[in-house]
Amino acid sequence: MAQTQSFTDYDYSVAKGFVISALFWGVFGMSVGLTLAFELVFPELNADLPWLSFNRLRPLHTNAVIFGFTLSGVFAAWYYISQRVLKVRMVLPALAKTHLALFNLLLVLGAFTLLDGQSSSKEYHEMPWWLDIVIVVMWLMWGAHMFAMLGARREKTLYVSIWYFMACFLGVGMLFLFNGLAIPTWFVTNTGNWWHSVSMYAGTNDAQVQWWFGHNAVAFVLTVPIVAISYYFIPKQANQPIYSYRLSLWSFWGLIFVYLWAGPHHMMYSTIPDWVQTLGMVFSLVLIIPSWGSMINLLLTMSGRWEQLKTDPIAKLLVIGSTFYGFATLEGPVQAIKSVNAIAHFTDWIIGHVHNGALGWVGFTIMGAIFHMVPRMYNTRLYSVRLAENQFWIQTLGIVFYFTSMWVAGVTQGSMWRTTDQFGNLAYSFLDTVRAMVPYWSLRAVGGTLYLLGFWMFIFNIWMTIRQARTQQGAEVPAEVPVTAKAA
Amino acid sequence: MSNKQSGSIFEFIEKNSLLLGVSIFVLITIGGIVEVVPSFTQNARPITGLKPYSALELAGRQIYIRESCNACHSQLIRPFKAETDRYGAYSLSGEYAYDRPFLWGSRRTGPDLHRVGNYRTTDWHEAHFKNARQVSPGSNMPNFPWFFEDSVDVGTVHAELVTVRDVFGVPYDQGENPKSGNTLEETHQLIIEEAGAVVEQMKDQSIKDAYAQGDVKDIVAIIAYLNRMK
Repeated sequence: MAQTQSFTDYDYSVAKGFVISALFWGVFGMSVGLTLAFELVFPELNADLPWLSFNRLRPLHTNAVIFGFTLSGVFAAWYYISQRVLKVRMVLPALAKTHLALFNLLLVLGAFTLLDGQSSSKEYHEMPWWLDIVIVVMWLMWGAHMFAMLGARREKTLYVSIWYFMACFLGVGMLFLFNGLAIPTWFVTNTGNWWHSVSMYAGTNDAQVQWWFGHNAVAFVLTVPIVAISYYFIPKQANQPIYSYRLSLWSFWGLIFVYLWAGPHHMMYSTIPDWVQTLGMVFSLVLIIPSWGSMINLLLTMSGRWEQLKTDPIAKLLVIGSTFYGFATLEGPVQAIKSVNAIAHFTDWIIGHVHNGALGWVGFTIMGAIFHMVPRMYNTRLYSVRLAENQFWIQTLGIVFYFTSMWVAGVTQGSMWRTTDQFGNLAYSFLDTVRAMVPYWSLRAVGGTLYLLGFWMFIFNIWMTIRQARTQQGAEVPAEVPVTAKAA
Repeated sequence: MSNKQSGSIFEFIEKNSLLLGVSIFVLITIGGIVEVVPSFTQNARPITGLKPYSALELAGRQIYIRESCNACHSQLIRPFKAETDRYGAYSLSGEYAYDRPFLWGSRRTGPDLHRVGNYRTTDWHEAHFKNARQVSPGSNMPNFPWFFEDSVDVGTVHAELVTVRDVFGVPYDQGENPKSGNTLEETHQLIIEEAGAVVEQMKDQSIKDAYAQGDVKDIVAIIAYLNRMK
């Protein structure tokens, strides 16, 4: 710690790039999502056009948000945090810049291929085999950068965020490779579409591998690296250390071990073996412990600083983000209980659950992190605290609309599907249950509109902050900045 | 980081990035190995009497995947009375033996389709793909007019057929099972032969006219696939 002077010499070029990429893919992915929400209420919006139809937009929405927005946020945080906690300037800048460029290129290509219908049909792994290869290359670039940074580090002890980033890299790599195994048919026969492939696994096996991937993609993309982000930015924003080292230790090892066992809860009452379903349910419930360990650890980091929430919208986003993490990681295991799953599966309650995690936990945490990073990277102040405050409340209201409507919708439709009349016959046609959803789908679309509106406010705020930094160049550095320098 | 005295092993691991990486990797592999691997061979066995997808059905299945029909429709009937009453017998693992990929879906915005061939007909599908709300008032399914314009991609069907036959040993050409084409032209002929029965049941004259020219439209293939789902 003696060389404090040199530690402040960071290279933020790539982190800045990933922030812009998070803004773009965020607004793009959420706009597609909102279009889908409205299409459910007004099917005329499908407009009889393939590339506007719900069926093709749905994978585009999930890929753009999960990979485009979330991973951009994760990478931005990595290129920012790693320099600071490893106490070394960003190594291999050319590799890091190529990583940024390739990541965005493959997302653009992915968007076009999905609209074109080049889908493998596997959820969150829809992109065709040739893009899978590009994804692997992109991922290895990140891994290479990660291990180069670890090798060059000047701080021997790895901060908890780094453990989570490493788990993200290794976990996603393993899951993606095994789930993506397929045989491109063109290489066998030299006919047909060159991008077409056949899955290596069939039927029930394919389902088991897919949900081992699908569930843990949630774990290692939407949870693990977001915990990494929270473990860095919550203590920074509160300006005090993590509540408990021991708790962070046990919840980390507990989480990465247990998560991989919970995948079968996506296949309850399916044709996978019964013992696997039961094991999946039990481990889903066990998963509450390490998840809540992290949540409690993150929230208690605010101990003695709770009054900060009154005035600091960035702390609000981060703290409410972690609160939603606790909420979603309780809701998920409840849905994994077989008797609850019998009603919840195939309904909108699952969609509601996913969005508690995606909008509340992932969205708020990444936006909070970007709010924290951008003024420090550009050496300026946040353009408008008041705008961020309003954004927070509008988006929170949006999420409340979203999950309450989806709760009611899911339980209603799940119950209607099994309601019988006095003779024991099914009481409702499937269409009855679709018509019953319209009010809830409408409310959800309102919630989504509010969240997206808040995201535009976020973009504007970040944009103006960057612009303000540009116009300030050469002028005096504002007085608020040294807060970071002290903590770094 | 406070509380340094706890866990000397962990303290050692978190100073050695390679060891940390290896420890993480070992730990995350265990769940998958225990849960996925043991039943792998058993799950892959087809149920008695299961036939591979014919060339035309395979074409329909490719369309189903291209359009992500599985985003809104499941192919998994769970063993509940409410489900078997609505959709038919509950699904068995061996029925999926030739499904690459599986298409169980995760959200029923529309109904399950695993046995849709038992209760919907060719002309119902034809009208429904043209205009879903005319057939099912209140439905929010998109219309698929392009199914009536685009022709079946024979090359890709042939490629998949030969791949699953030669690489995965799917039993084409055995007993009552559907035939596979050895050449692109043979597969094309198989598709045309099989399409006749579907086209005959359809109303749209343009589909019939195209068929007379040897041109099989996507709508014929997707209906053949759905009719097979029993």
